[in-house]
Amino acid sequence: MLEIKDVYKTFNKGTVNEKTALNGVDLKLNDGDFCTIIGGNGAGKSTMLNAIAGVWPVDRGVIFLGDKDVTGLPEHKRASYLGRVFQDPMMGTVADMEIIENLAIAARRGKKRTLMWNVTKAEKEKYREMLAQFDLGLENRMTSKVGLLSGGQRQAITLLMATIKKPQLLLLDEHTAALDPKTAAKVLELSDKIIEENKLTALMVTHNMHDAIAHGNRLIMMNNGKIIFDIQGEEKKKLKTSDLLEKFSVASGGQELDNDRMLLSK
Amino acid sequence: MDGFLDYFGSLDPSLFVSALPGNIAQGILWGIMALGVYITFRILNFADLTVDGSFATGGAVTAIMLMNGAPIWVAMLVAFLAGITAGLVTGLLHTLLGIPDILSGILSQIALYPINLHIMNKFSNMSIRVDNYGMVFTSDSEKFNICGLVMSMRDVYTAIIVAAVIAIIIMAVMYWYFGTEQGSAIRATGANPKMAAAQGININIDKIIALALSNGLVAFSGSLLAQYQGFADVNMGRGSIVIGLAAVIIGQVIGEAIFRKNFNFILRLTFVVVGGILYYLVMGVVLWLKMPPEDLKLFTAIIVAIFLAVPYLRGKSKNSFKKVARMNKKIAKLEDESNA
Repeated sequence: MLEIKDVYKTFNKGTVNEKTALNGVDLKLNDGDFCTIIGGNGAGKSTMLNAIAGVWPVDRGVIFLGDKDVTGLPEHKRASYLGRVFQDPMMGTVADMEIIENLAIAARRGKKRTLMWNVTKAEKEKYREMLAQFDLGLENRMTSKVGLLSGGQRQAITLLMATIKKPQLLLLDEHTAALDPKTAAKVLELSDKIIEENKLTALMVTHNMHDAIAHGNRLIMMNNGKIIFDIQGEEKKKLKTSDLLEKFSVASGGQELDNDRMLLSK
Repeated sequence: MDGFLDYFGSLDPSLFVSALPGNIAQGILWGIMALGVYITFRILNFADLTVDGSFATGGAVTAIMLMNGAPIWVAMLVAFLAGITAGLVTGLLHTLLGIPDILSGILSQIALYPINLHIMNKFSNMSIRVDNYGMVFTSDSEKFNICGLVMSMRDVYTAIIVAAVIAIIIMAVMYWYFGTEQGSAIRATGANPKMAAAQGININIDKIIALALSNGLVAFSGSLLAQYQGFADVNMGRGSIVIGLAAVIIGQVIGEAIFRKNFNFILRLTFVVVGGILYYLVMGVVLWLKMPPEDLKLFTAIIVAIFLAVPYLRGKSKNSFKKVARMNKKIAKLEDESNA
């Protein structure tokens, strides 16, 4: 489904702020894989997702989505294959537009935008049913501006937008990190449900080791722009946070896992 | 004291009233121009200064085409297309060459000045006399000409009606367009470009489309104003961005005060034109008070500053450090008194 071969990216080349964010990343996801990504700050987790989404061109390497080489495609062209949810709940939706307008824009991802009405009547019913499944009462507020919603509600909407047109790959970039624990759990549960029901292939970046272990069928750990640990299936089910800490220490050459956020959230 | 009395005594209310229709007509015309500014300033979130040039382009194209015998309909269409081209250039400067928004607008604006002069055969001013062309909408059968001017200040009341009808048609088209898939994509591009890109919208193309439409509309209103006042002038667009912003902002402040949460898109558009009319009424008052006409732009700046400041200051007065400090002082005083 997704194949990344030998991808490199360095930011601010030739300046004092030079930072090699991706240092030869190789990854192959199978159809239906739900893979969590864990790693410290600056490990390259979000950078890898941005490389896949085409936020900027990579320096070297190839990215395949399905059989298609997307390495040379700009962000808006790759969007037709992808669904994305960001860390910032404000980023995935337009605050000044209605819930239903946001959904309609997402439903037309990858299609030519015509001079037809943006929200058709038939769609309205469909969206109402979809929103009702969330159990957040949003189905009765479809013409409310998204700006009036809470962060958790906005992430739920963004999640629905990312999957309303079935993507080949769903990219979740720490999409619960800005939410309070209770809301975060709810949004994660929702993500699980949507991924399972639609049999989606997904990549989820998280800072939370517990979440990384509890969700998905596969887990990768990144450090210094490389994937240093990749575990799946039965082996992953048995994984504990202490194992992850140890793996990190071994794979990174005796380096201590000095990330408060990661340690605190186990 | 006597000076004051003399001054107020010399103000003649009938002068103000007689100037009223003209102010309203001009207000609607500038309101149409402000609808163009609304597309960039509010919908696209792009402070586009091209309009000072493209407004005059609209007038210049209209004048030269009429002089060469083109029917007014063709002249207005070409004026619209010329404005679209100007917006296109600004859009390309910004998206293709990466020039910041304000600067790309300024570059287009400056480039348009000599271009407008060339359009008018190096004349800085060209008259479009209604006597030579006649009028399309008129009760005077002698002046009726199907290819004549669409409006003229010679017949202010007809001009008001024609301008209002045109404004309503433009608002209806804008309401429709920004509800379509393409228009919604432009709104998303302006409000949240990251979201737009993630949803597969080519934000560069959408910015160019919006800039082109905006400047097309601005040039179209420039064509109308040239017909109304009976001449095109290479300087007629100078400061028009400020008048456009004035209309947008005055309309918004007043519309929000009246409709609050029900201030929807069609009302917003309506109040852009209302803002234009109010602006010209205020200008009418300023002139009636015998303020020197050469200072008008100064008053414009003051009015825009006031209307920009009002929502900010109102928000601040509800949420200020001084207020908390005052309140705490009061509470402390009350406690002291009850202790004593």
